[in-house]
Amino acid sequence: MKKMGAFSKLYLVLIFSFMYLPIAVMAVFSFNQSKSRTLFTGFTLGWYQSLFHNDMILSALGLSLVIALVSSVIATVLGTMASIGIYSMRRTVRGVIMNVSYMPVINPEIITGVSMMLLFVVVKNSIHLQIFGIPTLLVAHITFNLPYVIFNVSPKLRQMDIRMWEAALDLGCTPIQAFFKVVLPELMPAILSSFLICLTYSIDDFIISYFTSGTMQTLPIAIYSMTRKKVSPEINALSTILFVVIFTIILLINAKDSRNEKKNAVRI
Amino acid sequence: MKKVVSFVVSALLLATVFALPAQAAITPDDPSYNWERFKGQDVTLNVYNWGLYISDGSDGGMDINKEFEDLTGIKVNYTTYDTNESLYAKLKSGGANYDVIVPSDYMIGKMSKEGMLAKLNFDNIPNFAMIGEQYKGLDYDPNAEYSVPYTWGVVGIVYNKTMVKGTIDSWNALWDEQYKGNVLMFNNSRDAFAIAFKKLGMSLNPSSADEIQKAAQELKKQKGVVQAYVMDEIFDKMEGGEAALAPYYAGDAITMIGENPDLAFAIPKEGTNYFVDAMCVPATSTQKEAAEMYINFMCETQVALANCEFIGYSTPQVNAEELLPDELKNSPIMYPPKEVLANTETFNVLPDELNQAMDEAWSDVKSYDEKGNDLLIPGVLAIAVVGIAVVFWRKSVKKKRNDY
Repeated sequence: MKKMGAFSKLYLVLIFSFMYLPIAVMAVFSFNQSKSRTLFTGFTLGWYQSLFHNDMILSALGLSLVIALVSSVIATVLGTMASIGIYSMRRTVRGVIMNVSYMPVINPEIITGVSMMLLFVVVKNSIHLQIFGIPTLLVAHITFNLPYVIFNVSPKLRQMDIRMWEAALDLGCTPIQAFFKVVLPELMPAILSSFLICLTYSIDDFIISYFTSGTMQTLPIAIYSMTRKKVSPEINALSTILFVVIFTIILLINAKDSRNEKKNAVRI
Repeated sequence: MKKVVSFVVSALLLATVFALPAQAAITPDDPSYNWERFKGQDVTLNVYNWGLYISDGSDGGMDINKEFEDLTGIKVNYTTYDTNESLYAKLKSGGANYDVIVPSDYMIGKMSKEGMLAKLNFDNIPNFAMIGEQYKGLDYDPNAEYSVPYTWGVVGIVYNKTMVKGTIDSWNALWDEQYKGNVLMFNNSRDAFAIAFKKLGMSLNPSSADEIQKAAQELKKQKGVVQAYVMDEIFDKMEGGEAALAPYYAGDAITMIGENPDLAFAIPKEGTNYFVDAMCVPATSTQKEAAEMYINFMCETQVALANCEFIGYSTPQVNAEELLPDELKNSPIMYPPKEVLANTETFNVLPDELNQAMDEAWSDVKSYDEKGNDLLIPGVLAIAVVGIAVVFWRKSVKKKRNDY
């Protein structure tokens, strides 16, 4: 490897500090004895302890996770089916549909949020049922997740050789078998990555959830509402745990990948 | 096997770290009150309160919502908001049905005027008798029909004794040139204007757009000495000694002084804002009686005491006030003397046109710059236009080259 110049090194250090220093500071202050965010007064695990007894934060986290998981699964399934449908459309229709699906992505979230809320209010008043809460949150999250799935799966579908599907049919597969044995495995990486994107967007989302949550509250809303007094260090503790969990998952996946690569290399 | 053993050991260790501290159930003040009439009916109350505005057991205090659930069998769905305005917007949109809310004084006035609040049935809230008389029937709810006070406090100046010369006793200190770059200011229009009004010796409820303009002029003058317009960042900045003076709420000032003993709190002689946050039931509530039971529970002596200790704001419940530690009960910050309180004012509902005038004046203040950066926006636009021109020019050059 070529040796890095001083400037490149400095640049690298700067970039990584911008990305990771805030998280490091947050993690350090989750062990702070006092509530201060500037003075480190002593080491304690107290915030982690009280976090696990704070029903409000835990139920907000639980709701966030449930909504994220369910909406991502549904959005991924629907989005994959939609991409396949769009792929087999005529060229002009396909263009129109793709552009229409783009709209929610470029639309500011606040517009999506407010318009969804208005729609739900109208529906609620016409069927006289309390729909605000998990149902509305789910519908909203599936809606804003769908385009990301379509835009992830569609390119993969176009890359795929259509003759593989034809060969499978020629060799005696029923269309359904051919789909599950040939097409789906080919799309799997794109489907998985769009599932992860949906999960992230869904846990992350504040604005749309804010307008559609009714009397429920997701984790970002719970954190935001603390800003009048002062965000509790329990949130530092929770964020640190989330970061460590995600970091471990990434490490594990990478370790597995590199082991597979090694295995494949040996075989060749 | 080794793995299993180590797993069990680590799980045990974790369990001891996170073990619940033992808690005694509360004994209600009035034994004749029927707390159990909703037991087994699967009632859920939707409570909407300020963030971090209830004792949740995290400081070893009482987990109030859990105590209420254990006592009554009513499930509490507890959620939180950050400003009166977002509470108002959420209720007004029709997107949520709440049973108990805790707006501030002027918002209670506005909501009751618009018919958004239900009149309370005080037969279900006998503990209302333990709320001090001086907190009842204030301007925002003159007949004491809609609200039960939850916390109250005053606005004053938090200052760092090592960075300030002499004693601070006037809002003028926030305009003082010698503290240039060391003054923090509220980042919300109503609180910021209230300070300017008081400095000018006016009421903090303006009666005309002219008065608002006068106050806006003061705020513009102040801009040169202000380090930043902030809300909860005040905690960090004051505790860390990054600023000398900041106006804030009394209860939070006590928290800050606890973290940094160099800090002190002063209530300016020109008078100040007196605020009350009170519990109400929205008119759309479907569980009004259970909601009143919840409000009654919040007025229990032990509950009010736990809340007061957790939140740090003064409690209007007189028996709880008696039980506070002496340093808090006699604290001039938490319970200012009568003559200081006589010189305070609550916010009232402003007519729409004055609200709008204040919002406009506030954004005017925020965007105002003494040095004048009138060239900023045209400058940015000009750079953008030049940039676009360059891109097009290069494209056409490239195209010409390719044509040959």
